[in-house]
Amino acid sequence: MTTDQSVADEGIVYEGELPADDPYALSYETGQGTVYTVSGGDWDSIASPDEGERERIVVNMGPQHPSTHGVLRLILELEGETVIDTRCGIGYLHTGIEKNMEYRTWTQGVTFVTRMDYLSPFYNETAYCLGVEKLLGITDQIPERAKTIRVLMMELNRISSHLVALATGGMELGALTAMTFGFRERELILDIFEMVTGLRMNSAFVRPGGVAQDITDDQVARIRETLPLLRKRMKDTTDLLVDNAIWMGRTVGVGYLDLAGCMALGITGPILRSTGLPHDLRKSQPYCGYETYDFEVPTQDTCDAYGRFLIRVAEMQESIKIVEQALDRLRPGPVMVEDKKIAWPAQLSIGGDGQGNSPEHIKEIMSESMEALIHHFKLVTEGFPVPTGQVYSAIESPRGELGVHIVSDGGTRPYRVHFRDPSFNNLQATAAMSNGSMISDVIAAVASIDPVMGGVDR
Amino acid sequence: MSDQQPVSTGEAGLEVAASATTLPEGLRELEVIGVRHGAFAAQDGGDTSGFGGLVAPIVMPGPTERPYGEWFDAAADEIELALADRGVPMTSAVEKVVVDRGEITFFVRREHLLPFASVLRDEPALRFEMCMGVNGVHYPGDTGRELHAVYPFLSVTHNRRIRVEVTCPDGDARIPSITSVYPANDWHERETYDFFGIVFEGHPALTRIEMPDDWPGHPQRKDYPLGGIPVEYKGAEVPPPDQRRAYT
Repeated sequence: MTTDQSVADEGIVYEGELPADDPYALSYETGQGTVYTVSGGDWDSIASPDEGERERIVVNMGPQHPSTHGVLRLILELEGETVIDTRCGIGYLHTGIEKNMEYRTWTQGVTFVTRMDYLSPFYNETAYCLGVEKLLGITDQIPERAKTIRVLMMELNRISSHLVALATGGMELGALTAMTFGFRERELILDIFEMVTGLRMNSAFVRPGGVAQDITDDQVARIRETLPLLRKRMKDTTDLLVDNAIWMGRTVGVGYLDLAGCMALGITGPILRSTGLPHDLRKSQPYCGYETYDFEVPTQDTCDAYGRFLIRVAEMQESIKIVEQALDRLRPGPVMVEDKKIAWPAQLSIGGDGQGNSPEHIKEIMSESMEALIHHFKLVTEGFPVPTGQVYSAIESPRGELGVHIVSDGGTRPYRVHFRDPSFNNLQATAAMSNGSMISDVIAAVASIDPVMGGVDR
Repeated sequence: MSDQQPVSTGEAGLEVAASATTLPEGLRELEVIGVRHGAFAAQDGGDTSGFGGLVAPIVMPGPTERPYGEWFDAAADEIELALADRGVPMTSAVEKVVVDRGEITFFVRREHLLPFASVLRDEPALRFEMCMGVNGVHYPGDTGRELHAVYPFLSVTHNRRIRVEVTCPDGDARIPSITSVYPANDWHERETYDFFGIVFEGHPALTRIEMPDDWPGHPQRKDYPLGGIPVEYKGAEVPPPDQRRAYT
């Protein structure tokens, strides 16, 4: 070992002049072979643009880049630091979820859709379940308590999603404290999700017909206890940015897209509302009883990244209002439809071993009722058939209109499920928002779109 | 059972449709997309129930006659007038209208899709400002109309939604692109091309978007296998999802 080391040490000896034939990689011989040194030279010696004409270069940014908001690949045409053209390369997170769902039962589909847009899983689940329920024709039979729990979870999810939007957006523009704060606050909400559903993310909690689990009084009390802390900390996080001169310098007037642009590009969500149009499906086409909640739709008319940021801040406040109203109106009752051909046969409960089976139900199917066992087995393995037809159900996710097109051929599995994910559509605005700006503004523009690549690629 | 070869049942229930003899009275060929055999679709076990001999056509909701209800009639009238202004009779542009579960679907013939889309966008009484993309659906059993493209439209002004469905045969999978009317459909049409192989004519750059550029085949088509490998778990072998016994 010592010998080798001494050889290596001896080896790094410059022998004579460095060869000058390759301007990019100088090479010299050492005891261990040829060593190449790649060193920068004068830009002029590599390329000399014609007088008066700026040189255009194409730069790949991403997909593995800390500030492209996920595995997004941006192909930028630059002249100097000015962006001339922007293209997006996506597909790096395509997992074939829609195809996979065609080989699983309708209920199992929930487990897949929750993994699409991983920052707003409850929205994916609810949009899908509303569609399935519409196909089944049981929309009116969903119990009130289930609808309220859906609203509760969705609005908490909106806060956690917007917190990540601020956190990662802040990080990409250099505001690292905003990131640590945002993720810390989000954890408060994820703790609630874990308490209610068992999982921090990807809960598969909303099911066709209702929700998988009832929510207990203890849990309601815990959520109530969390809200004041959440409210306080959310203020801390947003105060870091709202009047921050650097943050405003990076976002005001950046990523401009006006109403006409949004309409043409099918943009929804905070980007559309930053043009002053108060379009929100919770108000215009209510679902899950949203028409009975009291909340505002915040808008801005700046059409820029700062306006979108302010809208997200205000929406989090509105969501807390909705969460409080939802907690107040939780009344005892079922959380699944009555129809035993659709509803799961038992609610889970936590036993002494921490496992989730319901002892009464197991006692019934294993020792009392053969028919109950058959029914359980059929429902879980075969699932339930859904009448033929197609529906489009849309809800307002944190990023805009999340639409689901579901086709059934009358079988126990979806014939085709397609998610119109707002991130996918809104990413198309990248070029319109960033062409002609600086590279650094592209980051701000993409952060203000807040795409989630899991939803984009599915 | 264990020595049986697993059979892919994904396509088994969807054999090429329905000779006229299997169609019950009053059913039109248009709505039949396939035939279902047996009550449980599983093809690999012996049939002890007697239900294995059942043959039933898979029928999508059929055309609706007027009145359609709600605001649908008024909108259909507007479309008819506006199309006539452009020299396209409604009867030649629209194949059928289906009202199902509170949603209206216009089946538009592909050669008239572009004027139809501009009518939807431009007419003040319709004003469907946004097209929420396009989704492909592959019906291998719907002979001559195997590939469907489904367009959901949203009118923010009137707070309405309608759906337009366009079909094309597998052998001639071409549908005009509506990106000139609705630029938002750029990526959506690329996605549908990528997954179904529908060529949207007139699209500025119809390339794959989700799959790699050199990917063979179009994965969301029904004749494209799901893929997957058997997995061993506690000594037993679990076949990939598309080869498990299915109850479709």
